[in-house]
Amino acid sequence: MDIHQVSVFLENQAGKLSEVTNLLADNDIDLRAINIAESSDYGIMRVITSDSEKALKILREHGFIVNSTAVLGVSVPDRPGGLAHLLRILAQEKFDVEYMYSIFGQPNGLAYMILRVDDIDEVRNVLEQDGIHTADCTELGINS
Amino acid sequence: MTKYFQPEIECADPAELRKIQDEKLVKQVWHVWNNVPYYRAKMEAKGVKPEDIHGVDDLHKLPFLSKADLKEAYPYGLMGCSREEIVRIHSTSGTTGKRVIAFYTQEDLDLWSDCTARAIVAAGGDKTDVVQISYGYGLFTGGFGINDGSHKVGCMTLPMSSGNTERQLQFMVDLGSTILCCTPSYAAYLGESIKEAGLRDKIHLKAGIFGAEAWSEEMRRDIEKSLGIKAYDIYGLTELTGPGVAYECEEQHGMHINEDHFIAEIIDPDTEEVLPEGTVGELVFTSLDKKGFPMLRYRTHDICVLHREKCSCGRTFVKMAKPMGRSDDMLIIKGVNVFPSQIESVLIDEGFPANYQIIVDRVNNSDTLEVQVEMTPELFSDNLGKINEIEKQLIGSLKTMLGIYAKVRLVAPKSITRSEGKAVRVIDKRKI
Repeated sequence: MDIHQVSVFLENQAGKLSEVTNLLADNDIDLRAINIAESSDYGIMRVITSDSEKALKILREHGFIVNSTAVLGVSVPDRPGGLAHLLRILAQEKFDVEYMYSIFGQPNGLAYMILRVDDIDEVRNVLEQDGIHTADCTELGINS
Repeated sequence: MTKYFQPEIECADPAELRKIQDEKLVKQVWHVWNNVPYYRAKMEAKGVKPEDIHGVDDLHKLPFLSKADLKEAYPYGLMGCSREEIVRIHSTSGTTGKRVIAFYTQEDLDLWSDCTARAIVAAGGDKTDVVQISYGYGLFTGGFGINDGSHKVGCMTLPMSSGNTERQLQFMVDLGSTILCCTPSYAAYLGESIKEAGLRDKIHLKAGIFGAEAWSEEMRRDIEKSLGIKAYDIYGLTELTGPGVAYECEEQHGMHINEDHFIAEIIDPDTEEVLPEGTVGELVFTSLDKKGFPMLRYRTHDICVLHREKCSCGRTFVKMAKPMGRSDDMLIIKGVNVFPSQIESVLIDEGFPANYQIIVDRVNNSDTLEVQVEMTPELFSDNLGKINEIEKQLIGSLKTMLGIYAKVRLVAPKSITRSEGKAVRVIDKRKI
C-alpha cells in the first residue's frame, strides 16, 4: 500500500502549527515526518503520520483544509554519497521530483527520503532494479 | 415573436412618451406640493415653486430626496395622501439603518402590477404559463409585486413564498411550473437541489425572473444552465414600488425602465450634477404617478449607466445596465473607483468563494489594496507552486477588472467573519 502524506493549509499566524500538532497528539496520532513549504502569507504543512485516514478526518472536522497525496518512501544508505546515488538515478531516468524531505531516527537505524513524484510505481520499479530499497507502510510505523 | 403587455406604451414614440412624462411631472409636483409638507419645505428652501416646473427639462430644479430624508420623515412624513386612501404598505429589511415604510393607494398597486406584468410578458409569459413565485410574501415587495402582475397576465400563480425547498420542488414538478420568480441566489440553490434530487428531467421551467439582489453575468449563465431556462433580470426598490421599475427583454442586455411611471436621471454622486445619458453615475428616480408615497428625485445610490439605443425587442423605454455597485460602497483607491461587487465577480469567476474582505490602507502616502479570500479544498494543493499559480492568475484578473494592483491574501476557511446582516466587506484603515 502506498504511503499517504497529509497536507494542511496554514496561515502564517502564531499558534497555527501548534494547533495541528496538538490535535494530532490528542488523538494519539504519531508524526513520522514533517515538512513545511511556505510563502509570505501561508504555508503548506506536509506530514507522514501513523494513521493518515484518522489525521485527515480529525483535521477536517476542525476546519482545516487538508488533502492526501501518495508519496514514495525510499531508504537511503547511511553513508557519504548515499543520497547522491539515489538522485543520480532519478536524474538519469529524467524523473521530476516535485519535492522531498527526510526521515531520520527510525528504529531500524535507516534513513529514509520521502519523494513526491508523478508516477510512484514507475519510480519504485526503477529504483528497486538499481538495488535501492523502497519502504512500505509497516516499515515506517504507519497503520494506514 | 415579441410579445408585449401594453405595446401602445412600451413601444410608444419617444416624443409621445416625453409628452406624457411632461404632463405627469407637472401634476405630480403640484400633488406633492399640496400634500407633502416635508418636500414642500425642501422646495421652498431651494426657492422652487410648482409653477417653475413645466416638464422634464425643469426636473433638475427640484431638490433631491435621500435615504436620510426618509429616515427623518419616518413614518408618515412623506405619505402623499390621507390614511383612508392607503390600502397597503411594504417595508425594507432595515439592515442599513432605519427601515423604509412605503404606502400604496389602490391606483399605486394597479400601476405597479402593470409594471410586473410587463416584465412577465417580456420574459415570454402569457396566460398559459404557470408562474411559481418564490420571493418572500409579506413586508418585502418581491412576492406581492410579481404576484399581482402574474394575475394581470392571467398566469396560474403559485404563491409559494421563499424557503421550504422540498415543497418548492414538489409543486414545480407536480404542477409543471414554467416561470420561476425569486432571488438569483435562491434560483441557484434550487438548481443545485434539483440536480441532487435527480429531478432535472421532470421540471418544465422555460424562464426565470430574478431580482432583489446583485448578481453577475457568470451567475446568470450558471442558473440558465442548471435550470435549463432563460434568466431575466428585474430591478426595483421599495421606495418606488418594488420589483418592476425596470425589466429585461429577450435581448437580456439591460433593463427597460417603465418611463411612463418613472423618470430616471444619472448624477455625479459627489457634485449632484446631472450627467448625460451614457455616462456612469448614480441613478435618481422620480415617480410620476404614485400618490401614496410619491418620490421626487430619489437618490438610489445605485451606480449604473443608461442607454437609449434602439432595442431589437421594439420597446422604446430607456435601458439601464445592471447596477455595478453602490455609490456609498464605492472606494477611491489610487484615484481609481473600485466597487466591492467588481472584486466579487472576479472571485466567483476564478472559483473562489464569495466570502472575502477588502483591506485598504495607506503606506508611504500611497494607497494599498489587499483582497483576503478563503482557501477552499478544491483550490488547495500539496504543491506550493500550483497555489502560487492560482494566486497569480487571480491578481491578473483583478488587475484587468480594476486597473490597479491588488495584493491577494489566501486565508484559512471560516476566518473571515460571517455576519447575520450585511457582511463587512471593506476595512478602510486610511486616515484621511
